[in-house]
Amino acid sequence: MTDTSTTPVKIRATPEVRRARIVGGILLVLAAFVFWFFGLNVMGNLDATFKITLPTDKIKDVKMILNTRTLAFVVAGVLAFLSGIQLRRSTEKRTNMALAIGLFFFIFAFLAWAAAGKSFSLVGMLRSTVILSVPITLGALSGIMCERVAIVNIGIEGQLLASAFAATILGSAFGLWAGVVGALVVGALLGAFLAWLAIRFQVDQIIAGVVINIFALGMTSFLATRVLSKAQDLNSAPQFKAIKIPFLSDIPLLGSMFFNHNFFIYLMFLLVIILHIGLFYTRWGLRSRSVGEHPRAADTVGINVFTTRYRNVILGGLIAGLGGAFLSLTQISRFEENMTAGIGFIALAAMIFGRWKPFGALAAGLVFGFARALQQKLGILATPIPSEFLLMTPYLVTIIVVAGVVGRARAPAADGEPYVKE
Amino acid sequence: MTESNDTNHPNPEESPTKRQLPNFLARVTGGNTGWLRSLLIPTLAVLAALIFGALFIALTDLEALALLKEDFRGGLSLMTDGVSVAYKALFTGAFGSIYGLSETLFAATPLILAGLSVALGFRAGLFNIGVNGQMLIGGMAAVWVGLNITLPGYLHIPLALVAAVLGGALWAGIAGLLKAKTGAHEVITTIMLNFIAFFLIEYLLTTPAFQDPGRNNPISEQLPLSARLPDIFGGDYRVSLGLIIAVAAVFFVLWLLYKSSPGFEFRAVGFNPKASRYAGMNVEKLLILVMGVSGGLAGIAGANQALGLSPYMVTSGFAGTIGFDSIALALLGGSHPLGVLWASILFGAMKAGGRSMQAAAQIPLELVTVIQALVIVFIAAPELVRAIFRVKPPEKEKTQLTKGWGG
Repeated sequence: MTDTSTTPVKIRATPEVRRARIVGGILLVLAAFVFWFFGLNVMGNLDATFKITLPTDKIKDVKMILNTRTLAFVVAGVLAFLSGIQLRRSTEKRTNMALAIGLFFFIFAFLAWAAAGKSFSLVGMLRSTVILSVPITLGALSGIMCERVAIVNIGIEGQLLASAFAATILGSAFGLWAGVVGALVVGALLGAFLAWLAIRFQVDQIIAGVVINIFALGMTSFLATRVLSKAQDLNSAPQFKAIKIPFLSDIPLLGSMFFNHNFFIYLMFLLVIILHIGLFYTRWGLRSRSVGEHPRAADTVGINVFTTRYRNVILGGLIAGLGGAFLSLTQISRFEENMTAGIGFIALAAMIFGRWKPFGALAAGLVFGFARALQQKLGILATPIPSEFLLMTPYLVTIIVVAGVVGRARAPAADGEPYVKE
Repeated sequence: MTESNDTNHPNPEESPTKRQLPNFLARVTGGNTGWLRSLLIPTLAVLAALIFGALFIALTDLEALALLKEDFRGGLSLMTDGVSVAYKALFTGAFGSIYGLSETLFAATPLILAGLSVALGFRAGLFNIGVNGQMLIGGMAAVWVGLNITLPGYLHIPLALVAAVLGGALWAGIAGLLKAKTGAHEVITTIMLNFIAFFLIEYLLTTPAFQDPGRNNPISEQLPLSARLPDIFGGDYRVSLGLIIAVAAVFFVLWLLYKSSPGFEFRAVGFNPKASRYAGMNVEKLLILVMGVSGGLAGIAGANQALGLSPYMVTSGFAGTIGFDSIALALLGGSHPLGVLWASILFGAMKAGGRSMQAAAQIPLELVTVIQALVIVFIAAPELVRAIFRVKPPEKEKTQLTKGWGG
């Protein structure tokens, strides 16, 4: 009993310190890679030209010319510096920020390397990043609405697909806004269906989500072949036009990125703000979150768990419906079988990566949108990087996040558990 | 839509003939004969799904709908005709001829293996939603062996299958390992791994180890004869060696779950992980092992699709929708190997029959997908089926299979 005091106390690294070390290690590897591969390995002294205005802009021909090798050395230095901070002492809270800054610089060096000796439309890529992020972010917001009240929604993909289908048909038949309304209704109905299965029948929520995905895929493909093929006029939806915001849209780069879009994109930013305020600063948000974290306690203080869940999941369905409408009414006018092609699952990933927060979802949506935009543009630059690896990034990042290697994502505590009143 | 308390309807579940089961069934299933009594709900679920399918056929019949306005009865009879032609074609396409039967078995083969994969996971409390990715990786491993190693057939195929098992097991093992070491929920990780596998395959199919020379699109070279799964009923029928392997897998899983000690531990962990831990089981090791075995089965399903289909050239779509189907199959089969076998034959029949339904009645094949989705709904929410058919509920039942990814 008495010898216990003599055994040396082993100091174990806290998870934060361990994470800082891992991130430091990653940054160091990246620094070495950038120094060697993007710096030393580049043939000759090449410049990368980034165009930061579109030919249609008011101010034209603004360019940024960077020497690939010099930039690589600078970025390698920055990365090594960040790595040093992380490895020397644990700056716990800033670990993720250091990683984010590091990755930002890494991508910059990568782009300069990919565009070495060529001209590359940076503005075009960033603009499509914002556009591609819309369905992902809206899907993720839909997921947040559901999961904050502890209903797991892996049926986002199905909601997007079915509402895109509704938007195409109703949009073709009765015009743009009918398409939007149709998509919202279908999204909400599928949300209600999910809630009904999960609450009324206590169906396993993952299975309920799988059902929505399979049902939406089967039903839209069935109807597309059986009905749309015979009524072609129902399969050419009108498209929303961009609304230029005066003055702001003339700013180089930022104007094209944020202020010259159709209304969906402005609405997305607005929704993120509304949901953030709603969830974290209103009575509704507090009640919703309490239902998601501890339904029994919420019930005890008189919050109706079931009504809250129904309402929020249906609202989530509406948001997913908006995402579906975006796909049909701004991007592709024709409905094609399985046209969402996994966007709903990227949205699921974005929700997790964004840690069940609206601004997190937006950031994740932009990151994943960037990966897709980059993948599309890299084909033009003919880099030796296979585009498949860029397409993988959202999924890889999500696995890394859920595994807690770099900052842990934590779901609402009661997520996925049916509530049974006592 | 409340539970039916109607006592006028006799409950077939409690009829004496079903109570006294033949002893050999009890022996085969390890004394667990509950599945036969629970046959009622699956049967009614399939029936209800078919009824809804018929409604969809009728309500999307544009000609009949147009006629309905002028001649209500005529329109209605046109609708019922359409449905009966379609369903007749569905049935005869699946069972009406030897060829139809062979097509049913052909379609059932990968379903059996994939369904077993999910069912095994369910038994251990794991939701393996990543069958698709495991099939892709396993199938690709088999294709690699098929294309890059030269061996006689009697060695080539077994080696390719071993590679498939290892590929699938490793891919699923990632999710198992992450779950065991970090608690990352297997539903999230396997969904993500599905997509990663898909893009990985797309990439690999453009590398020289796989790609057909002279092509730009991701497609593999044609497999040598020695690596193709041979047809077991001659060249006229597509049923391959895969069917025998699949049936063998059914009995393997049956043995594993109910007659072996790891299987006992699998089920114990699925039933109550905390109690299992107190009983001294290594729950983490078991999680990885279950995912590994589950992925291995999916890997064979992948090999079946990669090595068993004419023209024996593989594209990234070779897993098809089998990954999704497998969830329905495990549910329909009550997560029991024999149940999965019958469910797979049923779904195989729908797939085979669906094609002749498409030919005979111009009903898109996707109707089968819709019916499948409905089957899952009805199996997962038995209350719904009971409400439709007014059947009395049993004493107790459990529908939740997994827990959410909350803390």
